[in-house]
Amino acid sequence: MATQTPYEVLGVKPTATADEIRKAYRKLAKEFHPDLNPGKPAAEARFKAVATAYDLLSDPEKRARYDRGEIDESGAERPRYSYRPHAEGAQGWKYQPEGEVDIGDLDDLFSMFGRGGTRGGGRAGEGFSMPGPDRHYSLTIDFVTAATGGKQRLSLSPDQWLDVTIPPGIEQGQILRLKGKGGPGLGGGPAGDALIEIHIAPHPFFRREGDDIHVELPVSLAEAVLGARVPVPTVTGPVTMTIPNGSDTGAQLRLRGKGIHRKRRGAETSGDQYVTLKVVIGASDDPELAKFLEDWAKQHPTEPRREMGQGTPHGAAA
Amino acid sequence: MIGFDELVRRFAGLERGELVRWVENRWVLPEEPGGETGKRWVFHEVDVARVELILHIRRELAVDDEAMSLVLGLLDQVYSLRRQMRRLCDALERQPPEVRDAIRRALPKAGGDGP
Repeated sequence: MATQTPYEVLGVKPTATADEIRKAYRKLAKEFHPDLNPGKPAAEARFKAVATAYDLLSDPEKRARYDRGEIDESGAERPRYSYRPHAEGAQGWKYQPEGEVDIGDLDDLFSMFGRGGTRGGGRAGEGFSMPGPDRHYSLTIDFVTAATGGKQRLSLSPDQWLDVTIPPGIEQGQILRLKGKGGPGLGGGPAGDALIEIHIAPHPFFRREGDDIHVELPVSLAEAVLGARVPVPTVTGPVTMTIPNGSDTGAQLRLRGKGIHRKRRGAETSGDQYVTLKVVIGASDDPELAKFLEDWAKQHPTEPRREMGQGTPHGAAA
Repeated sequence: MIGFDELVRRFAGLERGELVRWVENRWVLPEEPGGETGKRWVFHEVDVARVELILHIRRELAVDDEAMSLVLGLLDQVYSLRRQMRRLCDALERQPPEVRDAIRRALPKAGGDGP
């Protein structure tokens, strides 16, 4: 239990007038006076407390100091609670205004005076500063660049451009962010970013499915029937591929690892290239070939449209 | 750490309703154990010192509630800056002498036009 305040000892309110205090004191002093209560230590103690309380409250200056918390109920100086050491100490963070600068973050410190962490800002530092706006661009790149990656220049005006690094395997519609390449900041604020939306031009013969490349490869009748080694374009340049004899249109061959190479979180992955054969006759008006086929067809009737419910090559439908 | 009643008793010039209002104004931020509001508030030393400061400003400088918000807002900003400055000073003190010298040379004279 905390000690009683002198007001409580005298049984008066803290707002009591000097007169009320005097009356309360006289009443209590009479009641607990040692001479009137011989052999009663409790009464004596009470009398002393009352006297001490009255001593303090009857003196306007002491009472005011007590009210301000400068002295305690016995009249002793109370250590003054200066706010500063508390405010500057560890506990002071509690009263940190919201959104206040955090010096632990140097960018925050620099931005406090409107600089982007580099020199500059200078005189403008007194005023207002803000980061520059983001700028939006679109850039069309060719299929092979999209697949293999590379540098591509984006012209902004005749004498202004951005060199954009295209990562391998970039997707249609992907947006590249070039930090600090947008609009300039005001008053030393940092520049905005350039946001570049990528469009990939279609390729005459390559097609992409994820990291795999698909290509349709025309082969001659002889190559299909007899087999051959033929050059095949890939996104990284031509390679030689073996076509097995007896291949037909629609046969699919795989060139392992000839798709899109990329590094994903440190690991390298690569897709494949799928080559679909398409037999082209080429010399279809060659009399020699026609002559050969006339004899050959007679001996080798085939039904290529059987699955469509049609008859023989020279069927009744004709 | 002291409770609400003890704090009110400590400063005889402080009225209960007044202290409640200060807490509601968020001029003083006591702990609320168990998330309960009201009389279970716990005041740390910094809070007690702050109560005394507010009491002093209010009584002796006759600052009213509205002006008090402004005064405390500015005061908190100043102390916030002083705390930040102290952190910066602590960091500078830990630097090797050549770094400190370089910073000293780079510092413009107060009121001057820069380095």
